[in-house]
Amino acid sequence: MADKLRTLQQLESLQAKYVGTGHADTTPYEWKNNIVRDSYASYVGHPPLLAYMALGLGENKEVVRGQLIEKMIRATGPPPPREDD
Amino acid sequence: MATTSSMFMYSLTIQPPSAITSAVLGQFAGTKEQQIITASGSKLTIHRPDPSQGKISPLFTQDCFGIIRSLAAFRLAGSSKDYLIVGSDSGRITILEYVKENNRFNRVHLETFGKSGIRRVIPGQYLAVDPKGRACIIASVEKNKLVYVLNRNAQAELTISSPLEAHKPQTLVFDCIALDVGYENPIFAALEVDYTEVDQDPTGQALEEVEKLLVYYELDLGLNHVVRKWAEPVARDATKLFQIPGGSDGPSGVLVCAEDNITYRHSNQEIFRVPIPRRRGALENPERKRHIIAGVMHKMKAQFFLLLQTEDGDLFKVTLDMAEDDNGQPTGEVKALKIKYFDTVPVANSLHILKSGFLFVASESGNHHFYQFEKLGDDDEETEFSSDNFPAEPTEPYTPAYFHIRPLSNLNLVQSIDAANPLLDCKVANLLDEDAPQIYSICGAGARSSFKTLKHGLSVAEIVESELPDKPEAVWTTKLTREDEYDAYIILSFKTGTLVLSIGETVEEVTDTGFLSTAPTLAVQQLGEDALIQVHPKGIRHIRADKRVNEWPAPQHRSIVAATTNARQVAVALSSGEIVYFEMDTDGSLAEYDERREMTGTVTCLSLGDVPEGRVRSSFLAVGCDDSTVRILSLDPDSTLENKSVQALTSAPSALSIMAMADSTSGGTTLYLHIGLYSGVYLRTVLDEITGELSDTRTRFLGLRPAKLFRVSVKGQNAVMALSSRPWLGYTDTQTNGFMLTPLDYVGLQYVWNFTSEQCPEGMVGIQGQNLRIFTIEDLSRNLLQENIPLSYTPRKFVKHPEHPLFYVIEADNNVLAPATRAKLLNDTTAVNGDAVVLPPEEFGYPRGTGHWASCIQVVDPVTTKSVVFTLTLEDNESATSVTAASFASQDDETFLIVGTAKDLVVSPRSFSAGFLHVYRLHEDGKELEFIHKTKVEQPPTALLAFQGRLLAGIGPDLRIYDLGMKQMLRKCQVTTPNLIVGLQTQGSRIIVNDIQESVTYCVYKYQENKLIPFADDVIARWTTCSTMVDYETVAGGDKFGNLWLLRCPQKASEEADEDSSGVHLLHEKHYLNGTPNRLCLMIHYFPGDIPTSIQKTSLVAGGRDVVFWTGFQGTLGILVPFVGREDVDFFQSLEMQLASTTGNPPLLGRDHLMYRSYYAPSKGVIDGDLCETFFLLPNDKKLTIAGELDRSVREIERKISDMRTRVAY
Repeated sequence: MADKLRTLQQLESLQAKYVGTGHADTTPYEWKNNIVRDSYASYVGHPPLLAYMALGLGENKEVVRGQLIEKMIRATGPPPPREDD
Repeated sequence: MATTSSMFMYSLTIQPPSAITSAVLGQFAGTKEQQIITASGSKLTIHRPDPSQGKISPLFTQDCFGIIRSLAAFRLAGSSKDYLIVGSDSGRITILEYVKENNRFNRVHLETFGKSGIRRVIPGQYLAVDPKGRACIIASVEKNKLVYVLNRNAQAELTISSPLEAHKPQTLVFDCIALDVGYENPIFAALEVDYTEVDQDPTGQALEEVEKLLVYYELDLGLNHVVRKWAEPVARDATKLFQIPGGSDGPSGVLVCAEDNITYRHSNQEIFRVPIPRRRGALENPERKRHIIAGVMHKMKAQFFLLLQTEDGDLFKVTLDMAEDDNGQPTGEVKALKIKYFDTVPVANSLHILKSGFLFVASESGNHHFYQFEKLGDDDEETEFSSDNFPAEPTEPYTPAYFHIRPLSNLNLVQSIDAANPLLDCKVANLLDEDAPQIYSICGAGARSSFKTLKHGLSVAEIVESELPDKPEAVWTTKLTREDEYDAYIILSFKTGTLVLSIGETVEEVTDTGFLSTAPTLAVQQLGEDALIQVHPKGIRHIRADKRVNEWPAPQHRSIVAATTNARQVAVALSSGEIVYFEMDTDGSLAEYDERREMTGTVTCLSLGDVPEGRVRSSFLAVGCDDSTVRILSLDPDSTLENKSVQALTSAPSALSIMAMADSTSGGTTLYLHIGLYSGVYLRTVLDEITGELSDTRTRFLGLRPAKLFRVSVKGQNAVMALSSRPWLGYTDTQTNGFMLTPLDYVGLQYVWNFTSEQCPEGMVGIQGQNLRIFTIEDLSRNLLQENIPLSYTPRKFVKHPEHPLFYVIEADNNVLAPATRAKLLNDTTAVNGDAVVLPPEEFGYPRGTGHWASCIQVVDPVTTKSVVFTLTLEDNESATSVTAASFASQDDETFLIVGTAKDLVVSPRSFSAGFLHVYRLHEDGKELEFIHKTKVEQPPTALLAFQGRLLAGIGPDLRIYDLGMKQMLRKCQVTTPNLIVGLQTQGSRIIVNDIQESVTYCVYKYQENKLIPFADDVIARWTTCSTMVDYETVAGGDKFGNLWLLRCPQKASEEADEDSSGVHLLHEKHYLNGTPNRLCLMIHYFPGDIPTSIQKTSLVAGGRDVVFWTGFQGTLGILVPFVGREDVDFFQSLEMQLASTTGNPPLLGRDHLMYRSYYAPSKGVIDGDLCETFFLLPNDKKLTIAGELDRSVREIERKISDMRTRVAY
């Protein structure tokens, strides 16, 4: 039992440290959110990719950067309604 | 890298990326002078601005083999040298210093804090340093912030603490800067949004209520921890922060830049807000709100200001007014925030103000600009907007502010630094009929776009070109005495005579020089103290300073055929094959050596080296004979004219030159023997200074004419000028000390000599036909020459006319008003004065309008007129998406230009109202276009290609074949592919389809059945940007994440696809896992660090093998060179391993080299030539260690590395 507890604790600390680490009860919403946020963070982080997208959109790079981070707030739309409501 | 791969490529960069992603300013050399360090892709470059010339020039570039994300400079208190902190994808923080003596970067600290790669929660996106250099913060887009304390130890060395965490989960960071707080505890400010609530709330209420906070993180230096000190909501759409000076310089605090307004915030100050003024004009939408996208704060004595830039490129000067008490003393309270228009410069990634009064603009697209400040806009007539007239609350409405744009008044452009960024398409073709092809590319964005022609060569500045009465055969210049600084005479040798010109204010003929004018000349030399030597076929004239002439006559029935001289020695070859050798006596007279050396064949050329410093003679004489040999004879007194060594050649030597040049192997200078052959080949061998042995021969083909060699001096270094069908310059690269051989962008010359005069201290004089030309070579750092032709809008794609040297460029700009709309607006306007003035769009940009497109087709002639010869503007909000020149079998093989367009295109999420295929007939040899008809199609055509006398079109996911009809295009057949076709290639009946997301698909066209059948596709989703067929089975391509790959169709599948003429078998073959029946194999994979935008198989130099040439979005030009033998692969693999290991030259930023090159997928079958070339930059001891490990000599390794490049590229 102690072993199981420790594994659980380890997993929890891992999840706290590395956002996006999944677990057995990850919901599709959480999973999608993580994927989308990771993608936007990657677009913002890679300078050539950001410039490429900005040129495609006909916008300024800095403006697109702001928009992409803004999109990370609500990555995949509202969460599904909770069942206990 | 898998050693099992059967194919290996050597990857090389020809031109590094020119986009500057970030830049910092600082005194990195530890002197008063400021330098700029820029990051372009994976390269760090330090530049030196020269205030006296108003120029900025690179000092040193280092490839870091990692993605550079952020840069910051800092200085420890009391020190005079700035350090550089780099945030990269290595998961480590790196502190570098620039070592001026070695001209290298030196890593001071490397601290690991997280995983490598660019991830959401790994810091590196934001980097800020406390202005007093006491701490730095490195933050990620979400959650993580690490603060490092910087200090110095007892030895005055820089120390870095372990990181202090300031994490806040589920929080997004929009910007992060350091506050200027003087010597109080360092504070960092961040713009944050917490999304915890949004993720929990299904109603969407939380999303509307979410707040953007300005948060202060204070580093308590006493307690050594970070606290979240202050958090206040700011405008919801704020994205940028700027520092306001604090301590004794100002009130401290930040400027929060949001959409349409700027707010001053600080924990102990009132809030002040000003709007961002909008442009006023007939073409401007008065409702359009601007954002601040870049800016710079500048502190001067007792005052400061900020220059902030909007996405239009307008710079605004922002100042703060301080409150004063009754006695007129400043109270430290802010009274008002003020903003006014300053000037308009290109939209910048980074702005820097130098202390010497310059502004450096690292442009987002196109050339980088270097401006000089004329004034600071203090007392001009621009309206100043003050926060007094605008509410401070972020939600409160206000009346917008407006201003008029005008040409530069405060700034003055002093230098425009060429940059091919973004580079959108490229083609290599030889349109000038030269021996090597040129690179044609389309670059830039908006009105600053251009069509660039790149050519390998050095630029030459011509000073004089004058016609002579007759065709001279040779030219020399000479000083009169050893101490003279400048040349006094130009001596021209004709078939039957010699002409002497004196150099003064004018160049005129002189006759009393003592030179024999009735015979041609073979050599001229200033000998000893103040004598001159003229060698002519019948003898040697020794002209003393008092014009006394001693003549040594050639023996009877023999004449002099070749001669060589230096300041103390003369050697001549007689027609009988004898060599006569003279040395200068102590009394200045020439003494003949008593023996003559008889050679076996006729002597074709001779060379003496320069007399080394402190010696009385050069100890070698090189003799070239027509039996295709070069002999080295000794000139030492005890072994005069004895054989030292022999080298056999492939053809008779036409010219020789013994010369000392800087050498990368030894670090000092080395004696070289340069050999030119009658076959046009140039050889360079190392001549051992003691033994006279020849070793390490490197060969290069120059041209079809016999090579002639001349010693010249360029930029203070000895260089060799090799003349064949075009002139080449052999010189030492200033950074690597490696030997470079580059053609000059100049006419073919027959003879060249150094030319030094007061006006032109480092020139050359040359003969071309009947003309005398004097010229200089000014820049040795750039060996690619550029020619620009400005284009109207962002170029998207281009095609070449099948026969004529013309290009058709399609251009489109999103969110820009079309010319017709602009004209209409200007007509309709009841404008007051000044509103209807249209300023040049190259500087001010086009008027913008959401959803509008401005698009055109331009015909560019890069050869004769070097301009745009025809422009056809698209109307009805159509934008060009694809172009091809196709000949139609149904129209007697006449070539038409087909352009695919989209109407009302919205890029993301993708939507449009229609797509069209436009057909244009070519007139005037292709210089004019006539519209024939247009065909409406379901989706915008995104790829077009001529195919077997018809047109192949990618219409959305459909691949179709069209024929040209009278009224419209006629669809013949089609097949559907996965998503969206972005490119097409063909060979025979095979068609390669690039999908935007699903890599490439091989299709075959069955003519009899009129069917298109996909038969092979890929296993990995690649977001293809470009591809090319390197052979019938193989495709090389790139994707938008910056990978290069080579895919090959299995032999069996490839054969089967072509076997069956009806295609029945293929059609009924079982599909495999929802795809085609066959899968492609990955041959090579590589991450070059830039997004490939074009790729093609071509050769780049005369006689060079084919290489895969690719261009990157940020302006990179690169090649992949196939290896022929396994042996070389093994060698380079072990060299790569040695260099990347910790004992060699591991990447500067701590990124593992192999991991970097395997960024998205494991690197396969590619040797990183850029890493191998860092070998040149290593100090000698490291070179020796690596050479020892590889069991080879340093020279051998350097030769192998430089051969890999010079054989196929520049």
